[in-house]
Amino acid sequence: MQVPLLVGSALQIPNVVSVMKNISKSTGIAPDVFGVVRRQLLEPAGLSFKYLDRALSALMSRRLDYGDLYFQCTQYETWTLEDSIVKDGTHSIDQGVGVRAISGEKTGFAYSDQLDEVALMDAVVAGRAIVKASGKGKGKVKVPRLAPGGKLYSSLNPLVNLEDSQKVALLTSVDKEIRALDQRIIQVIASLSSTHEVIFVLGSDGTQGADVRPLFRLSVSVIMEQGGRREQGFGGGGGRGDFSAFVSDGVGTRIGQEAVRQASVNLEAVPAPAGNMPVVLGSGWPGILLHEAIGHGLEGDFNRKGTSAFSGRIGDRVATDQCTVVDNGTLEGRRGSLNIDDEGTPTRCNTLIENGVLRGYLHDKLNARLMNTVSTGNGRRESFAYPPMPRMTNTYMLPGKFDPQEIIASVDKGLYAPNFGGGQVDITSGKFVFSASEAYLIEGGKITRPVKGAMLIGSGPEVLQQVSMVGCNFDLDPGVGVCGKDGQSVPVGVGQPTIKVDSLTVGGTATD
Amino acid sequence: MKIAVMSSSLQDTASHAVELARSLGADQAEVSVSYNEGLSVTVRLGELESVERQRDRGLGVTVYTDGRKGSASTSDFSSKAVQEVVAKAASISRFTSRDKFAGLAEADLMAATPSDLDLYHPWDLDVEAAEALALRSENAARGLDARIKNSEGATVSTEGGFRMYANSHGFCNGYATTSHSISCSVVADNNDSLERDYWYTVSRFPDGLDTPEQVGERAAERTLGRLGARQLTTQVMPVLFPADLARGLFGHLIAAIRGSAQYQRASFLLNARGEQLFPEFVDIEEDPLIPRGLASAAFDTEGVGTNRRMLVERGILKGYVLSSYSARRLGEPTTANAGGVHNLVVGPTINEINDLITDAGKVFVVRELLGQGVNIVTGDYSRGAAGFWMKDGEIQYPVNEVTIAGNLRELFQGIQAIGADIDFRGTVRCGSVLVEGLTVAGQ
Repeated sequence: MQVPLLVGSALQIPNVVSVMKNISKSTGIAPDVFGVVRRQLLEPAGLSFKYLDRALSALMSRRLDYGDLYFQCTQYETWTLEDSIVKDGTHSIDQGVGVRAISGEKTGFAYSDQLDEVALMDAVVAGRAIVKASGKGKGKVKVPRLAPGGKLYSSLNPLVNLEDSQKVALLTSVDKEIRALDQRIIQVIASLSSTHEVIFVLGSDGTQGADVRPLFRLSVSVIMEQGGRREQGFGGGGGRGDFSAFVSDGVGTRIGQEAVRQASVNLEAVPAPAGNMPVVLGSGWPGILLHEAIGHGLEGDFNRKGTSAFSGRIGDRVATDQCTVVDNGTLEGRRGSLNIDDEGTPTRCNTLIENGVLRGYLHDKLNARLMNTVSTGNGRRESFAYPPMPRMTNTYMLPGKFDPQEIIASVDKGLYAPNFGGGQVDITSGKFVFSASEAYLIEGGKITRPVKGAMLIGSGPEVLQQVSMVGCNFDLDPGVGVCGKDGQSVPVGVGQPTIKVDSLTVGGTATD
Repeated sequence: MKIAVMSSSLQDTASHAVELARSLGADQAEVSVSYNEGLSVTVRLGELESVERQRDRGLGVTVYTDGRKGSASTSDFSSKAVQEVVAKAASISRFTSRDKFAGLAEADLMAATPSDLDLYHPWDLDVEAAEALALRSENAARGLDARIKNSEGATVSTEGGFRMYANSHGFCNGYATTSHSISCSVVADNNDSLERDYWYTVSRFPDGLDTPEQVGERAAERTLGRLGARQLTTQVMPVLFPADLARGLFGHLIAAIRGSAQYQRASFLLNARGEQLFPEFVDIEEDPLIPRGLASAAFDTEGVGTNRRMLVERGILKGYVLSSYSARRLGEPTTANAGGVHNLVVGPTINEINDLITDAGKVFVVRELLGQGVNIVTGDYSRGAAGFWMKDGEIQYPVNEVTIAGNLRELFQGIQAIGADIDFRGTVRCGSVLVEGLTVAGQ
């Protein structure tokens, strides 16, 4: 299995993080999510809570270990600017129910994009067919317990919280302001996308979870031309909230400026070096290292099956003692955060590596049960049309003791990489890549020339053992990451301090 | 699936939505409606692991009012939902800007009588039969060698669907397609290295699939071939892309000659039509009309009739990949590529690629590419890789944790030969490609 982390962008703008925190503080009231579920999801489909109980009992009439129903309604909208005009706007509504039946290691899964009693019962019958008719179950479902209401993000709908005319004006002003910055800009493409998602999950273990999830993102791509050479730069930012701050505090413009800065750096870049060398990774988005090298390999499904390079290694030293890595779904307003996961389990902060020692895996209910443990709140799915899997939320390394300048000064000859595009990992061999989109040579302890983007490749179980210095700074990414696994995409976050990896392979073209 | 019933009902839904949009004041409107259903069965370590049933519907509307565009989509086909989605598209078009290039493809380009490309061959497959095929595949893989100690499973899947496109020129047409596949992924363990690889077969008709055993054995062979891999030392050397990965190289070509990349100036092949991009022996034909082809279509997603054409002839780029929008932007006719490129047939230049590998001396044979690492604006190419190091035609040892890097312009020029071992499993139909002079970075 190849697990890419695809991103539309790569940058770090520290003030995006602080703005995000302010939004959620001002609106961080636990909304009446069950009321929203009833009004927006169930009542329009003619579904009562009572009927859902009947459907769940019908599912559990087979001899199953677990079953759940997942209802979802997602509204998605995007506006796109190109050639200095907003050319396109799209809006979509997708709703349905996914039905899952689990017996031992077997999963039956069916879904319907029609929401009514007949379609629900059809999906129940299709889903439970994984278990042959013989072994009759008790049809019993545990007494429901409501998952606690969420507080990590507001229930404001980012699609309607700003007027369409304001969204168009935001894109147009970003374009206008950044084009004024530099004569070399030949193209600006900017888009605003927002999602409003209402979910409701009923599990046979008594779980009843509801959540209302806003998500928004601004992406800016700039192409600049100088002396016949063209280069691209990206900027982006977002999270679980809405665009208000992007309008009022000028965050949108700063995202555009970042794209211009990156493109102009790349216009000066010389070929990147090729071969093994020390690499200093900047803070924030370069935390994609942790997502690829460590995070995927610790997901419960691969470890339950014994197909991960980290299988059976809990308690082993897999990193230097400066490294502590967590996966934390409980950060306010962050792109990877969730009040509850898609199985209704509240998210939490899970320690993956503590002072260099491997502490834990990331679990959903299925893999937790088969490994005799409990879900860590990492059961996620792209939508009702896909079954849940163990997935990351926000994955980051905690800060250490070194001044970032001191880290760079310690390298005689190497690479400094503050910005990245995507990455990918081969879970089984542990080999992973991540692609630098902005990088510089370090020569004699100083950052000298920018070099072209290059792929970095390493081995997950070994790379953190090469981390000799961890910075005292820290950033999370600006909120643009998308993680793909088994054809399912989910929003995620990453972060880290500046770190030094003593040896990584850099995929440039310059061989001295 | 009762495809005849489905076809007429989707046709009604689509043309009704177009009329609705016109009645709301749209100058032009287009609607695409699709329906898909499928079954996917996975076994792992000899046991049934998952049964997934899939059924998706979608209706998308685009309206153009005074040169302003708005789009909306839904999965709900009720008349209330269709009314809402059309109204939403119309509402969006009040906020977008006037764009003189926006609109439907020209009426006289609509496919008159689209030919039947024989793309619909349903597979009457129940869960038990699918499970049995998947087991045959996984058993073949696990039985091949004692070092195959674990499995990610084998999957058999089948899906079928119908797609209908209607617009305010009066065009309303659609066609049904099917796609079936068998895949297998296993893990080998020789105590000091753990490796995984996979193989798959895909076809529009069940008889076009390789046997489950062929898929399983190939997956196991590929996995075993990775055991004991190590890094190469950093050097510039010839690289062989096997057919399944060589497809990607031509995919990068397409990304750079797409109309949008051209008018956005976001391409390393800007205005490259007429240039000698490849050696003289390279020919690439776009053939949308191959019966049963995976990327065949008699008309594109704007209703424009498709035709065969040479995209690259004697190494020279002959044209771009355009929709009506990008064509108008560039001031030329559309190439019927709204929705993407159709089957690309890359002509082989040598019967036996192995002869060439022997002649080349040392060659890095890629088996897997990791990460994106392709910059279409500059052509810079840098990707993670695993494979083999070969010398004088003999495998020396498996390689991993290396990168290969270069620039796509030079890579295209540096193609030495294209094999006849054609992979038919995707849009690009090509054989192995030998390229000289890429930087392999390792120790």
